[in-house]
Amino acid sequence: MATHTIEVTVNGEKHQATVESRLLLVHLLREQLRLTGTHIGCDTTHCGACTILLDGQPVKSCTVLAVQADGRQLTTVEGLEKDGKLHPIQQGFWDKHGLQCGYCTPGMMMTSYALLARNKKPTELEIREAISGNLCRCTGYVNIVKAIQSAAEHLP
Amino acid sequence: MIPAAFDYHAPKSLAEAVGLLSQYGDGAKVLSGGQSLLPLLKLRLGQAAHLVDIGRIPGLEYLKEEGGMLRIGGRTRESALEYSDLIRSRYPILLDTALVIADPLVRNMATVGGNLAHGDPGNDHPATMLVLGAQVVATGPKGERVIPIDKFFLGLFSTALKPDEIVTEIRIPMPAPRSGGAYVKFERKVGDYATAAAAAYVTLGADGTVASAGLALTNLGPTPVRATAAEQQLVGKKPDAGALEAAGKAAAQATSPNADRRGAPDYKKEMGRVLSVRALKKALERAGGH
Repeated sequence: MATHTIEVTVNGEKHQATVESRLLLVHLLREQLRLTGTHIGCDTTHCGACTILLDGQPVKSCTVLAVQADGRQLTTVEGLEKDGKLHPIQQGFWDKHGLQCGYCTPGMMMTSYALLARNKKPTELEIREAISGNLCRCTGYVNIVKAIQSAAEHLP
Repeated sequence: MIPAAFDYHAPKSLAEAVGLLSQYGDGAKVLSGGQSLLPLLKLRLGQAAHLVDIGRIPGLEYLKEEGGMLRIGGRTRESALEYSDLIRSRYPILLDTALVIADPLVRNMATVGGNLAHGDPGNDHPATMLVLGAQVVATGPKGERVIPIDKFFLGLFSTALKPDEIVTEIRIPMPAPRSGGAYVKFERKVGDYATAAAAAYVTLGADGTVASAGLALTNLGPTPVRATAAEQQLVGKKPDAGALEAAGKAAAQATSPNADRRGAPDYKKEMGRVLSVRALKKALERAGGH
């Protein structure tokens, strides 16, 4: 069973880890680095609860090997808050009640973060398309869309 | 879900990758975007003793027109098609296709080469590539070889690629004047495989008749289905409603879908007919014929 020593930068901080070839990135984050904000939902590449940014691009971390992330920059939901201040995306979900159970929320926020990084004023349709790989079983998406619109208005 | 154990290799060059594939033969699989392969390994529907990750080999992601061809690097991400002005303006059929593959997050990893090499009749690029007359460039121990797309899909999850070959480029002839293509997919929800989908590509002659036609269908047989009879009966005709309806019927006859949760065979055939007509109409609009 092959193991590899890898180095990943997560939320600006470098980490070394020894990982089995088959270890999934989401398990590296949650179980070895103890960053449990990233959730495991369906585990079958459908739900997007495990969405993180890999070199700035939102991807499903249950469908990437940890070893594929060697040398790369990762951002998880823990990286959004700065100096005790919520990121406008987090504030938007708070203000607009963009969640009920909260399970999909970290993934929703990471996808939104990447959307707003490339499109500062998305239309409602663009928002809905961008989050079409993130499933929420509570809200019907209405408040999630409002939360992202609110975040877009409050981005610096 | 955890895949069965395997060894992972991250070659830095194509030569090194091909060397590893030659060494491990059938025990090795190429890891490109991993969006089909990793779910398969996690569900343990498949196993590989060795994964050869081509993700660290430089020069495999590009979109460019050169020598009369659109050239797509084998590891080009589906999202790169979505954001490319070249694709948007010159190859809208490829944009149609990219936008209905899985979901936006998957498309940030998934690759065009992987979508073809996987040999899944439910994948969306195969039908599109069939109607575009694409060529697949495979690189193996003896260098490059060019496989015409019509010879590429051999069976369910089976392609003309040898175990030690990697898809390094896809070539598509640049569009002729008065030509257009479209891909229309019917899916139960975002991210699903097609219940049925159709790709169409038409070139019109100066007199407004069809000079050439391509029509192919997704997920309606063990391989992507090229509707050859439908194509042939369109050529030389004025593409009016009657001709398109007849082509749709001929296309449906070429399919052999299975029953599954997406529907019964008769239903899927009917969807194949309807979508073929829709794809042809859209392709004709883009060709400037309507």
